[in-house]
Amino acid sequence: MTTTTLSLGAALNAGLRRALEHDRKVVIMGEDVGRLGGVFRITDTLQKDFGDNRVIDTPLAESGIVGAAFGMALRGYRPVCEIQFDGFVYPAFDQIVSQVAKIHYRTQGRVTAPLTIRIPYGGGIGAVEHHSESPEAYFVHTAGLRVVTPSNPADAFHMIQQSVAADDPVVFFEPKRRYWDKADFDVDAGPDLPLHRARVAREGTDATIVAYGSVVPTALSAASIAADEGHSLEVIDLRSLSPIDFDTVEESVRKTGRLVVAHEASTFLGLGAEIAARISEKCFYQLDAPVLRVGGFDVPYPPSKLERHHLPDADRLLDAVDRSLAA
Amino acid sequence: MVDKIAYPVQLIQPDGLRVFRPDYTSLVRDIRPDQLRDLYEDLVVARRMDVEAVALQRQGELGLWAPLLGQEAAQVGSARALRPDDYAFISYREHAVAYCRGVDPGVMTRMWRGCAHSAWDPSSVNVTNPAIVVGSQGLHATGYAMGAHLDGAEIATIAYFGDGATSQGDLAEALGFSMSFNAPVVFFCQNNQFAISEPVHLQSPVPIAQRAAGYGMPALRVDGNDVLAVLAVTRQATQRAREGSGPTFIEAITYRMGPHTTSDDPTRYRAAAETEIWKARDPIDRMRRLLDREGLLGEEFLARVQATADAVAARLRSGTVEAPDPAPLDLFDHVYSTDHPLIDEEREQYAAYLAGFAGIEEALS
Repeated sequence: MTTTTLSLGAALNAGLRRALEHDRKVVIMGEDVGRLGGVFRITDTLQKDFGDNRVIDTPLAESGIVGAAFGMALRGYRPVCEIQFDGFVYPAFDQIVSQVAKIHYRTQGRVTAPLTIRIPYGGGIGAVEHHSESPEAYFVHTAGLRVVTPSNPADAFHMIQQSVAADDPVVFFEPKRRYWDKADFDVDAGPDLPLHRARVAREGTDATIVAYGSVVPTALSAASIAADEGHSLEVIDLRSLSPIDFDTVEESVRKTGRLVVAHEASTFLGLGAEIAARISEKCFYQLDAPVLRVGGFDVPYPPSKLERHHLPDADRLLDAVDRSLAA
Repeated sequence: MVDKIAYPVQLIQPDGLRVFRPDYTSLVRDIRPDQLRDLYEDLVVARRMDVEAVALQRQGELGLWAPLLGQEAAQVGSARALRPDDYAFISYREHAVAYCRGVDPGVMTRMWRGCAHSAWDPSSVNVTNPAIVVGSQGLHATGYAMGAHLDGAEIATIAYFGDGATSQGDLAEALGFSMSFNAPVVFFCQNNQFAISEPVHLQSPVPIAQRAAGYGMPALRVDGNDVLAVLAVTRQATQRAREGSGPTFIEAITYRMGPHTTSDDPTRYRAAAETEIWKARDPIDRMRRLLDREGLLGEEFLARVQATADAVAARLRSGTVEAPDPAPLDLFDHVYSTDHPLIDEEREQYAAYLAGFAGIEEALS
């Protein structure tokens, strides 16, 4: 038992280090991932320790990073691409959705593309435009990709290793405003869950909140506040956005009868819409209230002085819970 | 390798006469009469396959086909420069490249018939399935070459694309990446003068090969209808790659004699007179004239070539018409390499739905 205190960012670094040690075909590539260690220092010291053939600083070209990584995957490598910020992934969108996602289907299973595409995402850090977006729905809508996001250091440590080891391409969203959140965990214990499973982050009986990534800690705070007010909220951390572990969500909703889905991304056609539709279909007779969504507004990501209004906070979550309980 | 874009390399004139170019003939010095005849056979087989596929499309057996008519020498010459462990990234018109790499003509049409998105196992012949988003494969070839470079493998990777693809950002990024990492890759542009209806001057006001200069990449132009010249320059480029001298850009100047695809109508956008000019530069006629001048064109040889071409075409035809339709539930296969609960659920539900019809059909029969 080796309990270590690590921030989410440091846990990702430790997880990537393990992945590099475990398989010599793992390579990291992206802008500034080498000597700088990435703009968030997630790849800090990795180039120093593994060399510039394993941790590759690339030209400033996102389609190039993913397209070249895809070619390396065809040669037997397991590249981990870093996209510097959420809003910079769009130039690589075609390579991700048209090439990486489809190669296994296109070749009837003859070719795999074991890429991990890391994207720091979401707001709340006071950044300028294109540095705070939540583009997960674009990728979740594309068959052939797995899309995951950890919400805490232990999951970050294990899920990055599970993603690198997966034979399918994984889009790995990192909740950047949680990079500095710390937790104790045993780095030598195995993961508690397979990559695709959701986690019940807090048990409760009155209503369920489903969240993922950066909003999970927000949902847990909301549940603590609600507990003080006499309401018992269950919080589910999805972890995997594609596939979604609906079994865990359905089981919770059958118990609580009420569901609020929360995410930072714009609400319209976001993951909340899919979850609401699915739960309405599967749990219609167990629901005591309509499924409610709390998300970012349907506006472009706003200037940072406005982001606290845009991002769901505990109060907006509790407001939705109150509406659900009142129904 | 020239650093300055010079007049296109040519080793055989349209009238079949050899061109005196010691710098390039030295690269094909080993091509003796038998190999010249083999190259001629490849050209004829490529055209015969293509004609057969167009006929199959007209007969309703293929949904679409992208004819290579006129581009046989560019494809055969470059593909025959490759070694078995080299790796080719192709686009959708490179049927002759696929054939030269050993793809079974009997499976070549799977994609065009709609049976599958791809036909063959890329690793069995070291040639990818065709890229349809033009230019994307330039990056894939670059990444593959970077991997080969890291492996210490002395191989070349070649990316095939057209003049239109050179306008795509991905190709520009591929040129940049390959130079930054000294990747052992050959960029092989078949400038066939048209991107569907758009003439090449709409893609670039300067020769396409000049694009490489901005990246510091050596480039040259070659007469793409001269199989021997294409073989020579591709051998030179792949050798540079294998030696660790980095990427090369080749612009093979050729002409798409037919439509872009069987759905296209080139009479809307180009003059018949232009096509006539290029007919006089036909790659097969040129090679035939060379063989004739050099006394290599016996009746027996021609009959043998025709027999081979007909056999390949017959194989392509039988493989096409006999290709079984995929089963409905194949729809759900291979989306992921491991289980995916939502797809498993959809498969199960659709299977049950289809099974319902089976009962009705039984009752009605």
